[in-house]
Amino acid sequence: MADTNSYSSDLKTTPLNELHEQLGAKMVPFAGYSMPVQYPKGVKTEHLHTRSSAGLFDVSHMGQVIVEGPNAASELEQLIPLDLEALAVGSQSYGLFTNDQGGIIDDLIIARWQQNTFFIVINAACKYKDIEHLRAHISESTITELTDRALLALQGPKAANVMQSICPQALQLKFMEFGEFTVQGESMFISRSGYTGEDGFEISVPAQLARSFAEHILSFDEVEPIGLGARDSLRLESGLCLYGQDMNDQTNVIEASLAWSIHKNRRANGSKAGNFLGADAIFAAQESGVSKKRVGLSVESKTPVRSGTLLVDANSQEIGEVTSGGFSPSLEKPIAMGYVSSDFAKVGTEIFALVRNKLIPVTIAKTPFVTQNYYRG
Amino acid sequence: MNIPQDLRYTESHEWIRKEADGSITVGITDHAQEALGDIVFLELPSVGKTFNAGDACAVVESVKAASDIYAPLSGEVIANNDAAVSAPESVNSDAYGSWLFKMKPADISKVDALLTADAYAKTIGA
Repeated sequence: MADTNSYSSDLKTTPLNELHEQLGAKMVPFAGYSMPVQYPKGVKTEHLHTRSSAGLFDVSHMGQVIVEGPNAASELEQLIPLDLEALAVGSQSYGLFTNDQGGIIDDLIIARWQQNTFFIVINAACKYKDIEHLRAHISESTITELTDRALLALQGPKAANVMQSICPQALQLKFMEFGEFTVQGESMFISRSGYTGEDGFEISVPAQLARSFAEHILSFDEVEPIGLGARDSLRLESGLCLYGQDMNDQTNVIEASLAWSIHKNRRANGSKAGNFLGADAIFAAQESGVSKKRVGLSVESKTPVRSGTLLVDANSQEIGEVTSGGFSPSLEKPIAMGYVSSDFAKVGTEIFALVRNKLIPVTIAKTPFVTQNYYRG
Repeated sequence: MNIPQDLRYTESHEWIRKEADGSITVGITDHAQEALGDIVFLELPSVGKTFNAGDACAVVESVKAASDIYAPLSGEVIANNDAAVSAPESVNSDAYGSWLFKMKPADISKVDALLTADAYAKTIGA
């Protein structure tokens, strides 16, 4: 095997950096940050612990942005195909920044904190381009990146039990609801969401409080620290896509199978159709069909099928490529997602992955691979 | 870090045991299994295949990534470990017991040119 211990010293760190090292994390460069890929228990154990109990993730590398102003909803609607005017205060939604070709600049979570104030969480690797994009298109509202806050995710079926002791008021939140709460005298933004498919919370904490708060959460028997390795396998099992890997600025929203993320009022036949970047290209793709689609892939073999693996038909003709793939600890088998030519995109279609010149049987599968357990009240 | 004195090693983290019958047994080191993390799949060379020293001849896949395993010497594969294939996690729990394959080297004397335990310990900074 080859060595993987290359390290760059100009990496940024999160407010929890010392805690990660103290907990014995293996740190790796990710999106310009030094981040924990795993702790001593390892990816598989961390993954299964999150599914059965609760896991604490440091996601402070992600961008936290406030957009504020009397016209913030309508200004943001030019960039994100959601109905933000109709989004209730205290609710949040998954959405996309689209570009004028119908591609995806980033995916995001946007919460309506107050009537004229939106809180947006964006991917670490995209935050500078996203903020530039916001500044380029938004003239009336103010745009503020919150650089003095950490972001923690507490995920798993026991997350609510732990939250009961930390901030019982936050239990009033249902899936995709958001609020500001006072914990230990400090303002915390808490949403009932995450990227694991489990019930859980994402908590924006003032940076200087992050460490003691994380240690407090970790003091509960139910909770273990979880690294990026398990975060990746958890999101893949839940069929959630990873920006930069499963879609990018060249991927049409329809190809990415993310049409569901366009609010129904903004779709071609909706009450406020279009008027966002790339609407024409997206509607055209929907109308005329696309040549490839993002699909789930169930691997009918023990061989893991990784990102970059070619997908072929029974005649060994190339029909697509895997964009995320790995071993599912919950299902104890390999799973993947990727793009296939639309003729092969129907669930149940049998194709092959070409791994080290061997044909590995793969079936187009429904996602999520593992049932989601969100708290809907 | 567990690096048994009676084995030889490569810089690419294979261990090699010289057997009485002139064959060698090959596995991956404790350091390697720890760096790879949870091992979920092994692809081992078929019996009868021949390799040159340094050829990629097996694959170890962990939850994180696939890693090639290299033939430490030139020679023919004479056995592979089915038990490890059906329980890949055994390589994590017992890296020196869960061997991967055995070879009949073209020149057994070349084993002595491989890294000693002390030399391997140095290469991994142990």
